[in-house]
Amino acid sequence: MIAFEAHNLTVSYDKQPVLWDIDFEIPEGKLVGIIGPNGSGKTTLLKAAMGILETDSGYVKVFEKNPDMVRERMGYVPQRQSVDWDFPATVMDITLMGRYRKGRLFGRLSKSDKEIAADSLNRVGMYDYRNRQISELSGGQQQRVFIARSLAQQADVYLMDEPLVGIDAASEESILKILGEMRTAGKTVIMVHHDLHTALEFFDWVILLNTRLVAAGPKEEVLTEENLRTAYGGKLNVLSRIADLIKSKEYPIREKDMKE
Amino acid sequence: MGGNFTWVMIGCALIGAGASAVGVFSFLRKQALVGDAVAHALLPGVVLAFMVTGQKDIWILFPGAFVAGWLGLLSIDFISKYSKIKSDTAIAIVLTVFFAVGIVLLTHVQQSNYGNQSGLEAFLFGKAAAMLPADITLFVVVDTALILLIVLTYRYLKLYSFDPDFAKAIGLPVKGIQFILSSLTVLAVASGIQAVGVVLMAALIITPAAAARFFTGRLSHMIILAMIIGIVSSMMGVYISSLAEGMPTGPWIVMVMSIIAIMAFIFAPGKGMLQRSIKRKAHQQKVRRENLLKLFYSLEEKNEEQFFSRPQLLRSRRFRGRELELLLNKLTGKGLLFREENRYGLTDHGRSEATRVVRLHRLWELYLNERMNIAPDHVHHDAEAIEHIITPELEHMLLKDLDYPELDPHSSEIPGIKDMKR
Repeated sequence: MIAFEAHNLTVSYDKQPVLWDIDFEIPEGKLVGIIGPNGSGKTTLLKAAMGILETDSGYVKVFEKNPDMVRERMGYVPQRQSVDWDFPATVMDITLMGRYRKGRLFGRLSKSDKEIAADSLNRVGMYDYRNRQISELSGGQQQRVFIARSLAQQADVYLMDEPLVGIDAASEESILKILGEMRTAGKTVIMVHHDLHTALEFFDWVILLNTRLVAAGPKEEVLTEENLRTAYGGKLNVLSRIADLIKSKEYPIREKDMKE
Repeated sequence: MGGNFTWVMIGCALIGAGASAVGVFSFLRKQALVGDAVAHALLPGVVLAFMVTGQKDIWILFPGAFVAGWLGLLSIDFISKYSKIKSDTAIAIVLTVFFAVGIVLLTHVQQSNYGNQSGLEAFLFGKAAAMLPADITLFVVVDTALILLIVLTYRYLKLYSFDPDFAKAIGLPVKGIQFILSSLTVLAVASGIQAVGVVLMAALIITPAAAARFFTGRLSHMIILAMIIGIVSSMMGVYISSLAEGMPTGPWIVMVMSIIAIMAFIFAPGKGMLQRSIKRKAHQQKVRRENLLKLFYSLEEKNEEQFFSRPQLLRSRRFRGRELELLLNKLTGKGLLFREENRYGLTDHGRSEATRVVRLHRLWELYLNERMNIAPDHVHHDAEAIEHIITPELEHMLLKDLDYPELDPHSSEIPGIKDMKR
């Protein structure tokens, strides 16, 4: 079964296209790395896939359905720096957010929701910190709380934005262990990753990105010298000039009726 | 004020409670100035409502204020979304433009023949003293609705305020949540102008939340505490302004609130400035004491003597004023030094303390040199600071990591290593 697919995905940020015609499919149960240089649109791809950003054209499908139909099967771990960790909340408060569901009246939580959250914290080794203020946590612990929140979602496909960046060794070990468990359980994990060297050992599949798709597939096929040179050898001159032009001319990247 | 006094107090307490509760979310979403802009944007709505109906009844003016406030909010969103203007500028533009229109209209009303126009300008700074039982009913309705809405949607508001992307990712109705938050802000502000006026309204929204944050790390507690601060300062403001004829209520409410907030910034346990400065002072004292012990240790190393006079100590290290004398007394009192005539020496306890500090100093120098590749002549100053903060736990980690070393980068002995091994 195809866990995740993107078709013809074009996304702009502040009116400037940052992703062009992205097309790929990911089979179920793979650990997938999204890799590319800075500014290659890795986070944008993840956000567009989660429906957080609007797309100019194209669409994604999750388990061959519109993502809105299968939200409960999609887990999300945003970049750690995307929130204010000074927010007045405990570790448990944040983890429980993974149990919120659309359509549940007033977002009420049941006893089993709390058990699931506690179990998720246990798995990342943060249960003892459950009543701590999130502002008191180290960077790695914050990241583990975000992982726990996504575990509490009990999803089948997880999208994570650089969960391994800037964390301590213990947290990295704990998160890698979780990723291993997810793979064993047949979950699909799609993860933005910054480090090319570790990518080769972590992932089954790789999506190599530089504002356009360079290659996607099993890592042995994708991480070739030629592909890497294409991805990291700088942006395509013409393509980035066109993107600048679109921004300056206020030119819509796609005509409205072309969507999908 | 007489018989109205009780009503005014109840009215202002309700307004304070509602505005403070809503303000917590504005505060956490770093939108303090949005409340201010909405407040100023209300003015033209109030005046227009009066011009159309010719009445000053709050039940008539309130809807005018509500609509104008919403328009202000939408304008801010529109400008920051569709123009190149950033949101802080958009807020400033909306605030000033709406307020200017309001003042123009207000002046027009005052100079034309609108009959009972007197008192409309009081919406600038509030006119709490003129509150009537009928007005109170409005505040009861509005603020009950506010608080009920917050309680019912609490979890969503919390998630949205913390991580809006995640809210969207799990498919929550983010637009609806946004709408609720905006409506809450406009309702709170529109009901507040009766008490403190458009100019001071931002204080009622933000100050209680800012103060409450100093005392708690839980959102629910923070909301309750902010409401208590809002209620107490509103009531005290009403009371103080009633003490003398013609004292303004709104500004007094804001004054009381600000005093509470300033006290919180200074005296709050843990986060307050006072406790932080006490902590800093205590650490400084500890550093001074440990440095003096270290001085004794190094003099012993160099001189093969055990007792040193004050001039000897002063020659080896600079002390300010009576600092040395005070330190000597303090350390003697703690049993770390003892005095023999005019000279001082380390006690056994003092020597083991001094040994510990010297050991930490040299361990850290070695760590910097070996693990971080910093040249031996560059490590001393760093170690001077770090030696005072290394905990016993960290010391053990250092010892293990460096495999119980005997010599520092300057080939001085690291003292007491043999004892640590056991």
